[in-house]
Amino acid sequence: MQTLLAWIDERFPLTKVWKEHLAEYYAPKNFNFWYYFGSLALLVLVMQIVTGIFLTMHYKPDTALAFASVEYIMRDVDWGWLIRYMHSTGASFFFIVVYLHMFRALLYGSYQKPRELIWLIGVVIFVALMAEAFTGYLLPWGNMSYWGAQVIISLFDAIPVVGPTLSEWLRGDFVVSDATLNRFFAFHVSAIPLILVALVFVHIVALHKVGSNNPDGVEIKKKKGPDGIPLDGIPFHPYYTVKDIVGVTVFLMLFAAVMFFAPELWGWFLEPDNFVPANNLLTPPEIVPLWYFTPYYSILRASVYNFFWIDAKIWGVIFMWLSILLFFFIPWLDRSPVKSIRYRGGKYKTALAIFVVSFIVLGYLGTKSPEVVSFFWVKNVYWVQAFTVLYFAFFFLMPWYTKYDKTKPVPERVTG
Amino acid sequence: MRKLLMLVVVLGLPTGAFAAGGHMSCGAVDCDRVDIDLGDQASLQRGARIFVNYCLSCHSASYMRYNRMGHDLGISDELVKEHLLFSADKVGDLMKAVMPKDDARDWFGVAPPDLSLIARSRKPAWVYTYMRSFYRDSKSPSGWNNTVFAHVAMPHVLYEWQGDQRAVLKKDKHGVEVFDRFEIERVGTMNPKEYDRAMRDLTNFLTYLGEPAKLVRYRIGVYVLIFLAVFIVFAYLLKKEYWKDIH
Repeated sequence: MQTLLAWIDERFPLTKVWKEHLAEYYAPKNFNFWYYFGSLALLVLVMQIVTGIFLTMHYKPDTALAFASVEYIMRDVDWGWLIRYMHSTGASFFFIVVYLHMFRALLYGSYQKPRELIWLIGVVIFVALMAEAFTGYLLPWGNMSYWGAQVIISLFDAIPVVGPTLSEWLRGDFVVSDATLNRFFAFHVSAIPLILVALVFVHIVALHKVGSNNPDGVEIKKKKGPDGIPLDGIPFHPYYTVKDIVGVTVFLMLFAAVMFFAPELWGWFLEPDNFVPANNLLTPPEIVPLWYFTPYYSILRASVYNFFWIDAKIWGVIFMWLSILLFFFIPWLDRSPVKSIRYRGGKYKTALAIFVVSFIVLGYLGTKSPEVVSFFWVKNVYWVQAFTVLYFAFFFLMPWYTKYDKTKPVPERVTG
Repeated sequence: MRKLLMLVVVLGLPTGAFAAGGHMSCGAVDCDRVDIDLGDQASLQRGARIFVNYCLSCHSASYMRYNRMGHDLGISDELVKEHLLFSADKVGDLMKAVMPKDDARDWFGVAPPDLSLIARSRKPAWVYTYMRSFYRDSKSPSGWNNTVFAHVAMPHVLYEWQGDQRAVLKKDKHGVEVFDRFEIERVGTMNPKEYDRAMRDLTNFLTYLGEPAKLVRYRIGVYVLIFLAVFIVFAYLLKKEYWKDIH
């Protein structure tokens, strides 16, 4: 065994990589609940890739066969239903985990210097994940798949001059059709997963270069022992590997509970309209994306006024893209001298709380018609507009409320 | 504890909100309650018989195979061949309608939809309420109408069982005529209780037909959760053992 390892080490830095990234990667000892979601995101990525490979063996990317091939997987393929539900439940859980992972970064300032690049790569991963989810959602060729893709691609029509040509180029046709399904399949099973895996690799390399942040926002590398090891650091393996096994098990229990007992989650994970085959003559009463897109969908629909001679629809598209792209700028919008929310003042805490509430409310209202009243006597469209303003205020006012916030002194070493 | 509570709130919020605002109406009326029990194999078998004898003439269940259904419902291949195989030759065939699609379109103006997934796209209570809500309407081409699905092209296939119903209207507070209740005009071969039971069997079967895996996934899910519940004890003890010298 030792000689084999030596043989490999002469040709490939196996022991070196193992030490650098696991056995001698020193992570702060005070990770809490929020620090499970990075490794869980990796777990879900692997699960999606593995189940995806098996689904690809039986799925047919052809408008005449796609819907039936999914039902074939659900009925005739041994354990096909389990693989399919793992994949469909995994898609929603991927977003749950990633949203909580991003929220962790906002809580503890994990995007601040020197981790700006980790954050930027992370936001690119998030955008790639959205593209992966969007292309994947077309594949079952249900009626909501069809109309969802139709609506979202037609957003590109709003772009002046090149819009219609661009959306035609994306679809490969004048409407969503066989050509669209085939290219979405190519993107979903090959192009985007390759990008995702590469980005996740780079995300982790960048993280291991600068080291992990922690709930105190203290740089553990500043206080090292005589052996050169951070005093508050512990080797990732075995400490965090055994800890993450516990986190993974809790996660799998929640995952299994949904997958086995409520894979549709009352329409939140699998929509009833998607059990009807795609039909270009039958528009569903409400075209609604799955929950993880609904906050942005709300922002898209919030815009109903034409101003500066630009059509409301175009503003909607601009706001929607802006609501996603603004995440890229957070490292430079935040002017706070401290990282962690533990040592920030009331202004940032309030802003973050308002942002979370806005995100959830916009997400909920994205599933409802703008013209009806869901809460307190006012039509949804007005609620959506109000919360869209709050959503954007979180980003645009950040330089001020972080700068003038009353911060507490940050300890030298991590606490608890 | 506070974190745990927060997680429960975050995860629980959308489901509760949806349950409150979900579409519980069936067309113009409220859905009737139906007791779905996929463990009731006799009910599923009776439902299968109704489905194959009546529904399958016009509607397909073209994602489902006869022998898979037989296997799941405890009906042997021989019995399937003898009693259920009218429009196919082999027990491994898909359950296709007897009536050709083009003829159906000519006769009804619309091809009868495939029913494999009807209980998933509509939900069981809808199917049950729909099957109980046909009424005589001289203005419609088929002579029938339905409170759940207004101006539906499908005539009441099971009218001999249920008899003929008439819709009694009433004026609501705005003076608009709305549906009040049904009145039996002509008694059928079944009494209302028998008919409701037959429709419950059919709905039960359609629920199974929408997702055959439902028969096994709850049971497997329980085993998986028990395994994880045991596993987490050891995982936690392992973590505790490793972490005892930290802090």
